[in-house]
Amino acid sequence: MADTPIPLEVRNITKRFGNTEVLKGLSLQAHKGDVITLIGASGSGKSTFLRCMNLLEQPNEGELIVHGESIRFKETRHGREPADWKQVVDMRAKLSMVFQSFNLWAHMTLLENVIEAPVHVLGKSKRDAIDHARQLLERVGLADRADYYPAQLSGGQQQRGAIARALAMDPEVMLFDEPTSALDPELVGDVLKVMRDLAEEGRTMIVVTHEMAFARDVSTQVIYLHQGQIEEAGAPDQVLGNPNSERLKQFLAPKH
Amino acid sequence: MESLMNWLQAQLADNSIFTLQTLSYYGEGLVTTVQLVFLSLIIGLVLAVPLAIGRGSKHAWIRLPIFFYCYVFRGTPLLVQLYLIYYGVVFVEGIQDTWLWVILEKPFVPALIAFTLNTGAYTTEIFRGAIKSTPKGEIEAARAYGMSRALMLRRIVLPSAFRRALPAYGNEVIFMLHASAIASVVTIMDLTGAARFVYARFYAPFDAFLFVAAIYLCLTFTIIYFFRHLEKRLLAHLKPVSG
Amino acid sequence: MIDLHGYGPRLAEGALVTVELAVLSLILAIVLGLATASAKMSRNWVLHRLGTLYTTLIRGVPDLVLMMLLFFGGQIGINMFTDWLYTQFDVDIFININEFVAGVATIGLIFGAYMGETFRGAFLAVDNGQIEAGRAYGMSHWLVFRRIRFPQMMRHALPGLSNNWMVLLKTTALVSVIGLSDMVRVAAEASKATREPFTFMIIVAAVYLLIASVSEWGFARLQKRYDIGYGEAD
Repeated sequence: MADTPIPLEVRNITKRFGNTEVLKGLSLQAHKGDVITLIGASGSGKSTFLRCMNLLEQPNEGELIVHGESIRFKETRHGREPADWKQVVDMRAKLSMVFQSFNLWAHMTLLENVIEAPVHVLGKSKRDAIDHARQLLERVGLADRADYYPAQLSGGQQQRGAIARALAMDPEVMLFDEPTSALDPELVGDVLKVMRDLAEEGRTMIVVTHEMAFARDVSTQVIYLHQGQIEEAGAPDQVLGNPNSERLKQFLAPKH
Repeated sequence: MESLMNWLQAQLADNSIFTLQTLSYYGEGLVTTVQLVFLSLIIGLVLAVPLAIGRGSKHAWIRLPIFFYCYVFRGTPLLVQLYLIYYGVVFVEGIQDTWLWVILEKPFVPALIAFTLNTGAYTTEIFRGAIKSTPKGEIEAARAYGMSRALMLRRIVLPSAFRRALPAYGNEVIFMLHASAIASVVTIMDLTGAARFVYARFYAPFDAFLFVAAIYLCLTFTIIYFFRHLEKRLLAHLKPVSG
Repeated sequence: MIDLHGYGPRLAEGALVTVELAVLSLILAIVLGLATASAKMSRNWVLHRLGTLYTTLIRGVPDLVLMMLLFFGGQIGINMFTDWLYTQFDVDIFININEFVAGVATIGLIFGAYMGETFRGAFLAVDNGQIEAGRAYGMSHWLVFRRIRFPQMMRHALPGLSNNWMVLLKTTALVSVIGLSDMVRVAAEASKATREPFTFMIIVAAVYLLIASVSEWGFARLQKRYDIGYGEAD
């Protein structure tokens, strides 16, 4: 085990928008098989933190180590930017993101969505990619929807499709950015079920979510963010069952 | 400031092209262009209002001819329309002998007819679109208050359609200004005609055409400014209330 | 049968010139339009200003004036340049602007400005999430452009593109003024020679209407293709 590098490690991530510091030196390690849930009120920085992990947002400070490889940065007039975009592109191919608003490409069918990055980014043959994609769509319960366009699918179907798209990359780590927040309540269950299955089979996942039941049952670690800082972190039983922080207690208290 | 004036004077003294004589050509050209554009726009506008209403008529014998007129005049180059009318007038047998020749002899009138018919067709379509996009609720409300068709058209539909048509009509005005440059092709001494004359006389294309381009640019900006001002006043009710 | 007084073949050649001119200008305009749109959306303020200057100037001046400036002025400009080359480097070349090249260059340049506005609006209409998803899956800038931004942008750009094409098609008539034998010039010569303007001008008008109708049909089909996947959404 000691030889295999940690899939994802971030150290001291700091992010500023203008003069406001939204992330204040956050660190996290995702070992193989970890399911890390990030919780916190809106504006706590949890989504920004996740987006810094694949550099959709550029952190102003901090380190990013993907599979043992540290991302190199350089200072430019516009602030800090990755020194080598090729490295970023490779890194992103190892981390698949699932978005809150699905972001399935609207001009492609579901199947085309799933094979797009494997074919054009990973250079897989189209045939293999299609075979794999069909298996994945089967898995998320959308085998019969392969030739539909995103606009023809319900939100829940779109999100499960988006998960299939993420899986098609054989990612080291999957990043979920509030995957159920844009869904109607009755559609949330199907998506969560797919995510539970993924966790069970040992996928490494980092999940930003408001679904406390999911956090409690599935996570190996829960991190509570408050105003860009880690207020409390640990095993779900500890953090959710017996929180130390007053703020977290309030956050978890049932709302009417 | 002093040195700038001196410099300008030196420049003017040195040049042999922009004499008082040539500047007066440009001046007369400006007057001709403005006359041509203004007249054709006004007549075209007057033409377009009833045509736009008729374009939505229930009766095919009203609707179709108007549709055909718009289709042809919007689908073919203005230059072709100009040639058709200009040469048509010149070559029609016997027209030279009638009283009409007095006004048709100069190319100004054929050009004015061509421009008017052209802008009339475009304006008709612009108004047509604006009338069609009248909110259904406004029409229903008018009906509910017992307005007749004519009254409704006059009091409700047209006033709001005119306002909605304003931005598109502003573009049409600029389009006509620019299109009017082809009047010079049938020997009219408009702005472009003046520039062509100066070019031919001095063989100085940059001076001749850049100068006229600058004048057109100023005219264009004036029109844009005017319409923006008009829109601000007339379309204020469509803006969301701020604060 | 209509008597064309032997002008039939020349008229047909002229129609071909019109179509070639229009298509080549369109291609140039699309390339310039994409470049302009990119410049105007660029973070680099010099590029941004240049793009704005270009679109403002072009759209503020009549097509015919620009065409004459480029055609008459272009030749003198090039002569000055080749003279300079000769005196400075002893390189002796002679470049003659022909009417066709001048026509394509001018019309392409003019409509590049209009296309720039069309493309810019269309690019801005593409949902940012679509682009982000591409980046998140490790696509390079170019790949995101080719596979996601461009096809999605085209859907928004097509109505404007089609409109610009119709105007461009009619603008080609202006090249007859600088001496290119397109169908309008042939028809004008024939009108003067035969004193039958109606015959020739109406034929030319009909050809323009035909081209316009065919392209309208083509654009509708293209729009259908690019609308794929948006059926229920909008």
